[in-house]
Amino acid sequence: MTAMPGAVGLEMRVAASTVQVVAVVVGGPLLLGLMAKVRARAEGRIGAPVHQVLVDLRKLARKERVRAEHASGVHAAAPIVLVAAAAVAVAMAPLVTTTPVLGHSADVFVVVYLLLMGTVALALAGLDPGTAFGGMGASRAMTIGAIAEPALLVALLALSLQARTSNLPAIVAATLAHPAWTASPERLLALVALVVVVLAETGRIPVDNPTTHLELTMIHEAMVLEYAGPELGLVTLGGAMRLGLLFGLVANLFFPWGIAAPASPMALLVGLVVLAGKAAAIAVAVALVEVSTAKLRLFRVPELLAGGFVLAVLAVVTGLVTR
Amino acid sequence: MVLFLAGLGLGLAGGVAGAVLPRSARLPAAALGGATASVVAFIAAARVLVSGHVATAASGSVLPFSGVRLTLDPLGALFVATTAAVGLAASCFSVGYEAHGPKSRVTTATLPLFLTSLLLVPVAASVTTFMVAWELMALTSLVLLLTDHRRRAEARAAAQWYAAMTHLGAAAILLGLVLLAAHAGGQSFAVIAAHARAMPAAVRSVAFVLVLVGFASKAGAVPLHVWLPRAHSEAPSPASALMSGAMVNLGIYGIVRVGGVLLGGTVLWWWLVVAAIGVLSALFGAVHAAASSDLKRLLAYSTIDNMGLVLVGVGAAGALVATGHRTLADLAMVAALFHLVNHAVFKGCLFLGAGAIQHATGTRDLDRLGGLVHRVPVTAGLVGVGALSIIGLPPFNGFASEWLLLQGFLRGFGDPSAATMTVSLVGVATLALTGGLTAAAFVKALGIGLLGQPRSDGAARAREVAPSMLAGMAVLAAGCVAVGVVPGAVVPALRRAAQLGLGLTAGSPSPIRSGMSLDLAGLRGAIEPALLLGALLVGMAVVWGGARLVAQRSPYRSARRAEAWGCGRELQTARMEYTATSFAEPLQRVFADVLRPDHDVEVTHAVESRFFPQAVRYHRRVDDAIERSAYRPVIRLVSAWGALARRVPNGSTNRYLAYGFVALVVVLVVLA
Repeated sequence: MTAMPGAVGLEMRVAASTVQVVAVVVGGPLLLGLMAKVRARAEGRIGAPVHQVLVDLRKLARKERVRAEHASGVHAAAPIVLVAAAAVAVAMAPLVTTTPVLGHSADVFVVVYLLLMGTVALALAGLDPGTAFGGMGASRAMTIGAIAEPALLVALLALSLQARTSNLPAIVAATLAHPAWTASPERLLALVALVVVVLAETGRIPVDNPTTHLELTMIHEAMVLEYAGPELGLVTLGGAMRLGLLFGLVANLFFPWGIAAPASPMALLVGLVVLAGKAAAIAVAVALVEVSTAKLRLFRVPELLAGGFVLAVLAVVTGLVTR
Repeated sequence: MVLFLAGLGLGLAGGVAGAVLPRSARLPAAALGGATASVVAFIAAARVLVSGHVATAASGSVLPFSGVRLTLDPLGALFVATTAAVGLAASCFSVGYEAHGPKSRVTTATLPLFLTSLLLVPVAASVTTFMVAWELMALTSLVLLLTDHRRRAEARAAAQWYAAMTHLGAAAILLGLVLLAAHAGGQSFAVIAAHARAMPAAVRSVAFVLVLVGFASKAGAVPLHVWLPRAHSEAPSPASALMSGAMVNLGIYGIVRVGGVLLGGTVLWWWLVVAAIGVLSALFGAVHAAASSDLKRLLAYSTIDNMGLVLVGVGAAGALVATGHRTLADLAMVAALFHLVNHAVFKGCLFLGAGAIQHATGTRDLDRLGGLVHRVPVTAGLVGVGALSIIGLPPFNGFASEWLLLQGFLRGFGDPSAATMTVSLVGVATLALTGGLTAAAFVKALGIGLLGQPRSDGAARAREVAPSMLAGMAVLAAGCVAVGVVPGAVVPALRRAAQLGLGLTAGSPSPIRSGMSLDLAGLRGAIEPALLLGALLVGMAVVWGGARLVAQRSPYRSARRAEAWGCGRELQTARMEYTATSFAEPLQRVFADVLRPDHDVEVTHAVESRFFPQAVRYHRRVDDAIERSAYRPVIRLVSAWGALARRVPNGSTNRYLAYGFVALVVVLVVLA
């Protein structure tokens, strides 16, 4: 059973997508706050409140805009592209509902390349001011991205072969109709691969340390070092939205129950609550892993990601063999 | 057909005008000839692609003994149209480029001739016509490659490599085609195609392998690619654009024409070989592109990468045909041809852009560029469009064809045979990996080359190039956007060509519903690039508007400029910037097994104490590992043999008389 296009009215689809975007814009920063809180508690500290990131965003919005001396328009445009690309990906992904607007073209490839668009925009912005740190961050981020994006794509394709469609909402809808799929070997392999990739894409330990203040170990933070005020806020928001999107996708692809299929006001509400619960559970798990592991050396990271890529390819092979 | 012949005539006229007219009129006349030839040929090809009619022409008097036979069918027309698009842009570009570059009557006259030969190859319909066109193409491009031979030793070396490789390739193609013609009892392609089924399997396979060697070398496929990074980077930029945008395509054309159309393409292992060299080329090219710091070399390696992807697509389609799944093959072939067309458009744009950058700054070394977005914003913007297209970001054209290629491979899983499944699986993995590496390579090209601070005086003094050059680039950049937003417009034409290549009957159901969106049946999938572009624009407008609102409410009116953070240092100079070499270092380290880079660190110590270094020199060089391990030993052997042979004639008359005597004795002994 796949989501029937046209069965849900356009207004409902637009409403559903709006709910998704708002949920991720608010929920992404909350997930970041939740992870920081869990880490703090695990380390024996009280930690900042969960909504701290939202407060920070508000504070950043009121600060002065400062632009690096040699930066061009690319530096100003990159945060806007980052947030817009993430928002479009969120609007079309199956997060709260399997029938979002633009859901017809919510192909695996589209979502991955929208994420890549944000990565490329930030890397260019890192190189734009012509500093050593920005270049270093961009170089490292693209090195990691060059291996992480393929692994993400292939892991998602393993799922699409099983569901016989490369459309993400349709994959989720098909999983709902075939609950046994969630325990199939190719799903489990793809899940492991996806988790590795999501850690890399969202810049978490063991790939990158979002709280580091040592320039030499920074990846993402080095790349965005020249941002200040509202633009830094947009970069942070964009990162949080990507995190929310990826956590939500992992949750729904491997445990789709609760999602609104198809969208109706009541189902949307249920879907929202369930999505929040699932994403929070993933966030807590990731935070606990972060506390208990050390960051990998930069040149060990590609090995981890290559492992993820191989697992994703294995997932496709397993799917073909067990078909 | 008359229209097409008129186009060829215009191209020839352009060449003649470039050779004989006085200095001031030479350049515009030659460029006009090239541009009008492109436009006319494009119209002729487009008419064939839209209607599906096949036009032919033959003349017994043009070539002695064999005559000339031309056929413009949809498969050839697709390549003619692609070449014409790049040719128009390159002709425009050449006006400004050559006016300020090295002035050479030979170059000016040869460029339209090269273009004409490129237009001629896909319509040649007999072995002799094809080989004449093919050799014309090789010779004219060789002349263009030698434009700068007086100043640059690299150009001479590149020409030697190119001449050797292209003629070895042409010899292989000639042998293969002659073998086919001999068994068919006639040399026209129609006769060969009619008799191909009856030929012994061994003959067909030997012929296919021979032509594959030649065509794969022209397409820059690994391990026959060694000439390509040299030739494409040393040729003048309009010629580079034509080489990378049109000439390499003809290698693919040859494989599809001979393997698919003439021989019927029913042998599975042929296509597995094609796919295998495609995979090798794609990965090898992508890794090298990610590590290169010379802009044109980077583009050339990326050509190897993209041609590799096209070969994997063609190989997958051929494998599906050979296992009897012609309808599944349809999509893979359409996708491969689509990617080929898109590659021609964006790579043409990028090579012209590299020429413009070299023209504006005097260098194409990324480590010496930077800051161009401030100095030459239009050039930078057009190069940016090309680079974003090649990365495959929506809504540019690379996105649509990479998606279609991926879907083509996914369709391959519909056939349960292990061979096609393996091709599809490896194809998916290759496409994904090269996608990531291409992004890294072109972020480097854009970010280091165009953004930041200028790293040399040349880059700091860059001036915007002539309007004709910008117009040439703009034609192709507009193509990147237009095809990317409305891919459905070109898909029917691609399908006509693909059906011919696969031997499908016209009117078989299309796997793609194309309008504003591309919809696929079977394994469901769809993209709507126009809607996606709309959504992105709305998203950006909302975010930008929101940021404006916030800015208006804040006490700070406008953005303040401040010095960048230098870790506490006061002054940030361009010498502290990341360079292309440093940008590529992590990837180079990851792929050290493929790239085998040479490092050299020289430390000079202070006189007073060896604990204080006075100067540190770091030198890095990434050579082609395949060239080093496979070609160099052969070249050394041949050189040693040549050196040995040189001892034989030492100038002594006595010795020559002795040779003559010995030879006479040997002849007498043999005859007796």
